[in-house]
Amino acid sequence: MRQIIFVIMGTILVENFVLQKFLGVCPFLGVSKKMDSAVGMSGAVVFVMTLASAVTWAVNEYLLVPNELTFLQTIAFILVVAALVQFVEIILKRFIKPLYKSLGIYLPLITTNCAVLGVALLNIQRSYGFGMSVLYGFSAGLSFTVALILFSGIRERLETADVPEAFKGLPIALISAAFLSLAFMGFQGLFAF
Amino acid sequence: MKNLFKEFTKGLLKENPIFVLVLGMCPTLAVTTSAENGLGMGVAATVVLLGSNIVISMLRKLIPDKVRIPAYITVIAGFVTVVELLLKAYLPSLDKSLGIFIPLIVVNCIILARAEMFASKNGIVSSIADALGMGLGFTLALFIIGSVREILGAGKIFGFDITGGAIQPATIFILPAGGFLVLGILMALFNKVTKKKSPAVTDCASCPLQCGVVKEVSE
Repeated sequence: MRQIIFVIMGTILVENFVLQKFLGVCPFLGVSKKMDSAVGMSGAVVFVMTLASAVTWAVNEYLLVPNELTFLQTIAFILVVAALVQFVEIILKRFIKPLYKSLGIYLPLITTNCAVLGVALLNIQRSYGFGMSVLYGFSAGLSFTVALILFSGIRERLETADVPEAFKGLPIALISAAFLSLAFMGFQGLFAF
Repeated sequence: MKNLFKEFTKGLLKENPIFVLVLGMCPTLAVTTSAENGLGMGVAATVVLLGSNIVISMLRKLIPDKVRIPAYITVIAGFVTVVELLLKAYLPSLDKSLGIFIPLIVVNCIILARAEMFASKNGIVSSIADALGMGLGFTLALFIIGSVREILGAGKIFGFDITGGAIQPATIFILPAGGFLVLGILMALFNKVTKKKSPAVTDCASCPLQCGVVKEVSE
């Protein structure tokens, strides 16, 4: 139990996927303009990252490793992620309508989210077992959520701020992200797992 | 000929993938802790872009419209694997410092965006020009960001000490926060110099998978 909390808190605070590892920066900048879409996107990311961690782990362990095809990891994983996203979309549309309504439009975005492929590759690189991979995928999704929601709060206030012409839009958002990342550096060394 | 030259040069300034199109932010921020890493990443991405643009341009009449995105991704992933294995074999130190961001070239928006927006509609020769121009623009931007961060953060460039200890380097610039800061300031400078308003679309601009949906969401 203690270990589980350590992994979750460590991933969120110490090695935050967006702010410390730079995975998933595109949606972090793209979908953070409004709080509502930030929440929807985060939900979809947590969902897909947890699932993708489980599925890619199984593909690697039972398909690639026994056949000595580990050099095909990149191709296999991206195809698995793409197929998985489509599959999840179809299932949700068919059986869980309300969830599809809130997450549906964000799902296609996730295929090219490097955080999803990133977590799959990190799980293999660090040779995590099945349980740990799923837990890491889940907490990585949560770390994306925390960063995205905090940042969208800042973006909403930036809209009304009076910034120099050249800094308007993305530049000032990036600078705000720098301070957010700086703040998260304060957690360095808090947990080790 | 003149047209080809235009395809080539547009990637450098007018449609610079990083400062103007705002594509492929993850590797841009993550690997630019030094000029060398920036350059290495830029060249690796350019090679993949060149390969995928050529193949996709050749196959553009064969790939059915419905499955084009998965088809493009497969082609791109193939080239990424080639680059990954080559780097592992010949430049192991660069491979180590770029780490996970080499396989992640697959999901780099620039490559998919060029496949969707250019290579799928144009012939091989102009696709090559487009890939070289875009790749060079990407490499140049990464190199600039990497140099700025290395000089300010470590007082060095390409590992050579240039400040001679006269200025205390500010480590913050090679830490993650410095990446956001330097890119933000450089982007503002780029806007100021080119007298352009900053990119109107702040999502993964022209990423084929993303933009349509992101726009829908934000409107």
